[in-house]
This record gives sequence, structure tokens and C-alpha cells, in this order.
Amino acid sequence: MENEAGALSRVAGLFSSRGYNIESLTVAATEDPTLSRMTLVTAGSDDVIEQITKQLNKLIDVVKVVDLSDGEHIERELMLIKVRALGKDREEIKRMADIFRGRIIDVTDKSYTIELTGTGSKLDAFLEAVERSSILETVRTGASGIGRGERILKV
Amino acid sequence: MSTELTGAEITVRCLQKEGVDYIFGYPGGAVLFIYDELFKQDKVKHVLVRHEQAAVHAADGYARSSNKIGVALVTSGPGVTNAVTGIATAYMDSIPLVIISGQVPTHAIGLDAFQEVDTVGITRPCVKHNFLVKNIDELAATIKKAFYIASTGRPGPVLVDIPKDVSQQKAEFIYPNSVTMRSYNPVTRGHAGQIRKAVQLILEAKRPMIYTGGGVILSDAAERLTELVQMLGFPCTNTLMGLGGYPATDKQFVGMLGMHGTYEANMAMQHCDVLIAVGARFDDRVIGNPKHFFNEDRKIIHIDIDPSSISKRVKVDVPIVGNVTDVLDELIKQLKARKEKPEQTALDAWWTQIDAWRARNCLKYDRSSTVTKPQWVIEKLYEVTEGNAFITSDVGQHQMWAAQFYKFDLPRRWINSGGLGTMGFGLPAAMGVQFANRENVVACITGEASIQMCIQELSTCKQYNLPLKIINLNNRYMGMVRQWQEFFHGNRYAESYMDALPNFVKLAESYGHVGMKIERPEDVEGALKEAFQLKERLVFMDFITDQTENVFPMVPGGKGLSEMILV
Repeated sequence: MENEAGALSRVAGLFSSRGYNIESLTVAATEDPTLSRMTLVTAGSDDVIEQITKQLNKLIDVVKVVDLSDGEHIERELMLIKVRALGKDREEIKRMADIFRGRIIDVTDKSYTIELTGTGSKLDAFLEAVERSSILETVRTGASGIGRGERILKV
Repeated sequence: MSTELTGAEITVRCLQKEGVDYIFGYPGGAVLFIYDELFKQDKVKHVLVRHEQAAVHAADGYARSSNKIGVALVTSGPGVTNAVTGIATAYMDSIPLVIISGQVPTHAIGLDAFQEVDTVGITRPCVKHNFLVKNIDELAATIKKAFYIASTGRPGPVLVDIPKDVSQQKAEFIYPNSVTMRSYNPVTRGHAGQIRKAVQLILEAKRPMIYTGGGVILSDAAERLTELVQMLGFPCTNTLMGLGGYPATDKQFVGMLGMHGTYEANMAMQHCDVLIAVGARFDDRVIGNPKHFFNEDRKIIHIDIDPSSISKRVKVDVPIVGNVTDVLDELIKQLKARKEKPEQTALDAWWTQIDAWRARNCLKYDRSSTVTKPQWVIEKLYEVTEGNAFITSDVGQHQMWAAQFYKFDLPRRWINSGGLGTMGFGLPAAMGVQFANRENVVACITGEASIQMCIQELSTCKQYNLPLKIINLNNRYMGMVRQWQEFFHGNRYAESYMDALPNFVKLAESYGHVGMKIERPEDVEGALKEAFQLKERLVFMDFITDQTENVFPMVPGGKGLSEMILV
């Protein structure tokens, strides 16, 4: 969509005014600074998704809409998670981060901050795997998506 | 050095370039520079209303009756919030408007300044698009875009918010000749392959029905539609927004359909085997409960410029996205090229059925009543004006009676708030209609509840000598609310009685107009004739009508089209 002030609120407003769900939404400017790209995860029947697509296309700031789930695509989400890391847990947490291909990006005597990317379900699995009480804080970006192979969304 | 103009001058120059002859508005702090520039020229004539809601309704009535873009100018804060009802009204009915609003200076935005509201935020859900112009260099191009967006594709209101400092700053005035936007390219022509499929369905139809809406009016397709309907010999119904799209006095017209549609229109809609929907959107007031609608099997062809209108409430078989005029042209062309015709014996049998439904005479009412029936007033109005008036209406029973009993043969003659259902629309809209059609007769059909929602505009009418004729169907109730309370709420008339009504005759006179009170049915025609002979004056006609009259037929909410309550 056009990288204009208010474009994001038009999309968000559309979803709330028509009663559609936003599971996650990420947006940032692209390599062309006049354009920004949004990945929005929503759920609904085929009819609802068709309406959502049409309604999004109607927004003046929206340049192009594709349903990535129509074909093969890749989805990634970033999570930063701060966990308590004391005594023997310290080694255990480190091992767990390695298994999930996470990186420890900040360290204190009492905590690690881990960076983890993957699909939403992988991040969920990591949260399951870590002792609940040791999680101090999490922050997630929501999914960004791109088509597989030669499939390109470009204006 | 090139001459630089202020933002206010640029704004007015843009309006001139767009050929705007009237702008409806109300001044205030944030738009003072723009008003100053309006004052210095005479190409764009400003009409001073008495409330910003009326400014937008007037611009709206102007647009609906003329196929031009209506323009309104309001100040920041309360100017904008007052305008919102008007903007939402236009949005729901897809009316092309450009609303220019003042905003507090850019450096004060977000600081809860005096008369500040988040205009772009407040209006976002009820405009086709809106802009906040923070940079003087973008002002002219933005206004150009606003006019382009408002009038192309599915039309709608577009708002341009101009901070006060931007209206003072200077820039070179360059008005673009055209607009290209990578994110906005509305289609016009329909898909030829889809049109071919539609032709095939039409030729195979045994019980066809043509159902048309506001899209026919908006794209000026009434002539094409009439040609198509008469070429095929099919029955045609219009929605509330589509009245005048097909001549109401023609025998192929089966009346309006929907909640208060005719028996024959609703039955034909329910029982047809091929439905051709043109510039209409299958809304809840038109087809009632969609589940019931699908109890009968039929093929649907849907022509509409807005893809999101297609398969929204009703799944269709042949969607055709395009401008109604262009699609109908192509459809007619393709039909003429084919040798086959729809089967005549089947069509005859279908008309026999429709005529049997028609014989039910669903719009009958007591013509010998000693109390004035509202339907009687509308029928007499139709006769006295010879069906040639521009009619605006407010919202409620009077609106439905007007739609049922005033037979519109021409498009853009019936001006009402169909989608939003805005009480208070009628009078200010009639002002706009009169400005766009100075030589024509303009009447506003209203009720004693609706008219009081924008009654202050009688003052505007005086200032500009607008000779409107106001037909007030005064039943001392919010009639439609009372009707629902009678049918669905055990006759408990909660707050629907209009107590302490003004003396409308004196009220009209105090504004400098002519007031008339008509109580007996036998006086209706004479009074109307007298009023319409006063060509230079606004006449407020207060008709004291039957308090208990209801609008029939009626499809109750949640029911299907063939489940009408009849007289």
C-alpha cells in the first residue's frame, strides 16, 4: 500500500467496522520508500475471505492484495523472550534456545533475552518447552509472509 | 518569479477549475482565509446554510439531481462533527461530494486546540477517501484527486482537511489536468465473456425479472435500461434508490420492491427463474431474509461497478463488474446480434401470473375516508405537478408513500436518504436540488417529526428565495416507529407521539414564508393548486392526516419477500 500517514488505520478500521478478525498484522516500508507492505493474518470462510479481499482492494491507499495462502508460501515471525536464568536452569535454557535455533542476544546474572524466528507454531512450541514460571517477558511481531519460488508480489 | 498564491486562494482556484458553481457551507475560525477568498470572487457562489449537516445534505441534493459533484465547506471541530451525518448519508447512497473542512494550524494538531477534532479519523468510516493536507505544495493536487475519486468508480464523498496555516502559506498554483494513481483504477467496461454468459441466461429465461437500483441513476443509464427492458418485454422493478430508472407509468414496471414494495414486485422477485440485478446490492430492506430468498431456485446475473457488492449478501451466478451504462450497451449489442428470442409462450404465462398478483391491488386504501389519508395527498400532488416535480423526502412512512404513489418516469427526480435513513435530509436536500434546477418545481415530502430535524433551513430558503413546496404529512406521530410499535410491540407507543408540536403555519410565516393548514380531504387538491401557483414563494403545507394509517405491504424484519403483511 501507499506509505501514507493513516493507511494502516484505514486497514485496521475496515476490519473492526466490518467485524473481521485480525490475528496479526505487520507493516513496514519496502525497498521503495513510497510503498509499504503489510502482512495480515485473518481467518474466515472462503466467502468471508473473498469479501475481505474485495473490501481491502476498495481502500484507495491499497495498491495490491494477494492471498498468500492460495499457494506455497513462507511465513516467519520474530519473538524476543526474556527468561529467568539462574543456577542449573541457565544451562538448560541455553540448550533449549540452541535446539530451537534461537540466539541469546542479551545476558545478565539473572536472565537471558533470546531472539527466535520461525512460524507462529514454532514460537508457541518454544514457549511450551520453557518452564512457564521462568518467562519474564515476551514480545512477538506477528507473521511476515512471502510466496515461495518465483511467485512475486511487486507493484 | 512566478506568482505564488495562498492556500486559500489555491483552494478557491481549484473549485473554479472544477467548474463548481455552488458551494454550501458555514464559516468559522479555521476556514476564514478560504471565506475571504470566496468573498473576493464571484464564480463560485457560496450558499450559507444554518447548520453544517444541512450544508452537506444540500450539496448532496445538488449532486443527486444534477449528476455534478456537490461541494460543501465547513470549519474545524463542531463544523465537521455536524457535517458527519450528511457525509454518512452521502456515503451510504454513493453520492459524489467533495467536503472541504478547516483544521487547526498544523503546529496545534494533537494538542487539544480550540475547535480541534481528528477529522480524518472521525470521518474515515463514512467517506470514500479523505486527506489531511499538511504541505501547501500538495494542496492543489490533493483537491484534484478528491474530485477524481469522488466521481469515478462507485462514487462517494471525499473530504479534504486543510489546516489554517496551510490556507495562509504560499505556493505556486499548478492544477494537474489529470490524475493517475497506481492504487486506484476503477473498471468501466464489463467482461465480454461474462456478458455473453448473461445473454445466454436471458435467452433461456422463462420467468425473468429485472431488478435495478441506484447504480442505474448514478451512471445515467435510465435510457439504456428502458431500451433493454422494452426490447426483452420483461418485468422490471426498482429499488427505493432506483426509482425513475425505469418509467413508473409503463406497464412493464411492477412497482418498487422490498420491505414496502408491491405484492407483484416481491412475488415476481421471489419466483423468477432468471434475475438480472443492475446497480443494486440485495440489501436487507430489499430481499428480506436471504435464507428465505433462496428457498426458490433461480439464476442471478449481477451488474455492478463495485466488486465488493457482488456476492456480499447473495451468491450470484454471473457477476459482471463494470459501469452500468457500458455493460448495458454491450448487453444490448450482444442481444441484438443473436437470432434467438426468449420463449414467448413462457413469458406470456409469466405475465399472466404477474397480472394476477397485480390484481391483488396491494396499494389500495380508503379513498372515501373523511380523514385525510396520506396516500391521497401524494396522489393529488402527483396530479397537480403532472408528475414533473423533483421530489425530496425525509425518512419514515411519508417516504414510503411518496415512493409508492408518486410515479417517477425520469431519473434524478426522486431524492431520498435510502441507505442511512436520515431524518432531516428532505428540506436541505431540496435546497440543493433547487439550486441545481432553478426553473423546476421542487417539493419536499416530509412529516412533522422529520421536518423538525432541519427546520432551521427555512431561514436559508428565505435568504435565497427558494420557492420550495413543503408537503408535511402531519399525523402527530413518528409514524413508522408507531407502526412498528403497533405490529411488534403490543401497541405500546413508547415516545413516538409528537407532543407539543409547533403551529407550522405561524412557524413558516415567522420565517417569511407562506403557511397553509389543510385538514379535510376535499381541500387537498385545491390547496395544492393554490400553493403551486405561488411560484416565487416557499409554501409550507401542513396536512393533518390520519393518525392510524400504516404502510402496506410490509415484509417484517427477518421474514422473506413472499411473507408480506397486506392490507
